[in-house]
Amino acid sequence: MTAATIFSPSTRSRFPGFGLSLGFTLFYLTGIVLVPLLALVLRPFSLHLEDFWTTISAPRVLAALRLSFGTALAAAAIDSFFGFIVAWVLVRYRFPGKRLMDALIDLPFALPTAVAGIALSTLYAPTGWVGSLLADYGIKVAYTPWGVLVAMIFIGLPFTVRTLQPVLQDLGRDLEEAAATLGATRPQAIMRVVVPMMMPALLTGAALAFARGVGEYGSIIFIAGNLPMKSEIAPLLIVTKLEQFDYAGAASIGVVMLAASFVLLLALNGLQVWAAKRR
Amino acid sequence: MRRVFLFAAAALAMAATAAGAAEVKLLNVSYDPTRELYKDLGAGFAKQWKAKTGDTVILSTSNGGSGAQARAVIDGLQADVVTLALAADIDAISAKAKLLPADWQKRLPQNSTPYTSTIVFLVRKGNPKAIKDWSDLVKPGIQVVTPNPKTSGGARWAYLAAWSFAQKSPGGNADKAKAFVGGLYKNVPVLDSGARGSTVTFTKRGLGDVLLSWENEAHLALKEAPGKYEIVYPSRSILAEPPVALVAKNIDRHNNRKVAEAFVNYLYSPEAQEIEARDFYRPRNPAILAKYKANFPNIPLATIDTDFGGWTKAQQTHFADGGVFDQIYQPGR
Repeated sequence: MTAATIFSPSTRSRFPGFGLSLGFTLFYLTGIVLVPLLALVLRPFSLHLEDFWTTISAPRVLAALRLSFGTALAAAAIDSFFGFIVAWVLVRYRFPGKRLMDALIDLPFALPTAVAGIALSTLYAPTGWVGSLLADYGIKVAYTPWGVLVAMIFIGLPFTVRTLQPVLQDLGRDLEEAAATLGATRPQAIMRVVVPMMMPALLTGAALAFARGVGEYGSIIFIAGNLPMKSEIAPLLIVTKLEQFDYAGAASIGVVMLAASFVLLLALNGLQVWAAKRR
Repeated sequence: MRRVFLFAAAALAMAATAAGAAEVKLLNVSYDPTRELYKDLGAGFAKQWKAKTGDTVILSTSNGGSGAQARAVIDGLQADVVTLALAADIDAISAKAKLLPADWQKRLPQNSTPYTSTIVFLVRKGNPKAIKDWSDLVKPGIQVVTPNPKTSGGARWAYLAAWSFAQKSPGGNADKAKAFVGGLYKNVPVLDSGARGSTVTFTKRGLGDVLLSWENEAHLALKEAPGKYEIVYPSRSILAEPPVALVAKNIDRHNNRKVAEAFVNYLYSPEAQEIEARDFYRPRNPAILAKYKANFPNIPLATIDTDFGGWTKAQQTHFADGGVFDQIYQPGR
């Protein structure tokens, strides 16, 4: 064994092709991800720091950011809970129509977002099937912030189900059976055995659903009502600014969203690492 | 949402068979509710041009919110002709991208506006909420549907029409107008980004009691769903001038100045004025306007130049960031 392999085991992999694949990865990430993001970050620098600050601290912008991030987090949490149940049913039980149901999960992925938005707003509008039922109880969904939540839950669900499913599949029943033989009740087995094992996957799914929700535009604008300070999402504000030829202002909001998303995703990743270690 | 429609699909099929004749392409970038109008005008012009020169013109029209369309042209959409909802958006193309001269509006007759329009109310059949005039729109419990003035040209005209109504009312002034318009937007449950979006919200989603609509759009809604809606003409409104302009730099690049010029001039011709009147735009030609006067009731109309000091000023005061429209939505007001 030579000295080099002893002292730098991490850079000299036993697998060939490291240099080529790393080079390709760097090139690809730079071209596809970093360059567009860099262009976005550099754009507001045509503004003075002061203008940047006035743009992003305007009450209307803050309200939009609060709505986008708050609703996306709530939608991710709701999707994680129900996604878990859906994944559980799909993995653990056999029933007629299971494959069909499995295929249905992916539909929100494939549907053009505008189509989803139009369908949802037709359904939840005060004249729609669901909307008219809810209207009898004085509940309004379409054209309120609740509409935003409904749209985000819709588009986020596949992300949580699809990340949980394979992990649940691998989990096997023996652990639960072991817990049962050691005297754990069913809720105990789920809460103390299954959920902790699933935690990293749950967090990944939540992070994906959250990221999708924050960035979503197409389906939400149809159902949100788009009222400033009330139901206007941050991506719509960016589009509005662009249409007023305020490119730097639009990019400023974009940078803030980027930074906030990055921090939140980093935090979720951190949680995931922590959860994995605890296991 | 920019949908490009190839209007001269039939002409295209003909061009494929007719050997020898040249084919000229024109891209018209227009605002939201002109889909039907430019389909008809494009067909009429193509026929005339074919008879005159033997060449086939293919006029494509891209429709969308006026502001969005202007931005697309600034960002490089290769428009030969722009036909937008208001002069301010074409001004922006001239100022930001220098694609056409600053005095573009003087280059064609009548403020470069071959047809005009106004803002009217579209209400549901029988007018159940008894909406007669602007003052009815601020009453509690009335839902008004109108697009976002920040992005829609028609919405800016509607906003200014409401403003001018309040200002011209007995004892009216700028403060009262501001309060009135503020009250009106408190009754708006949805702000779509373009006129067509609002029409869909009102007609297909069944939302709202009244739609502040382009006159042509309101007539079109009547035509498409007879017996479901009524048009209400308020006591006064605004003279909406949706101008047209040649995008000089682009037509020089595409080498089609001759046909582009012919097209914008065609818009003023009696034949085109007839088409415009039939599509419910108010033609400039007095004889043709008189012929269709049943569709275009004569109500007092404010104008952007005399009542608001021109678009540059109106845009600054009302629609710029932090302007009067933004203040309406600031909390605590």
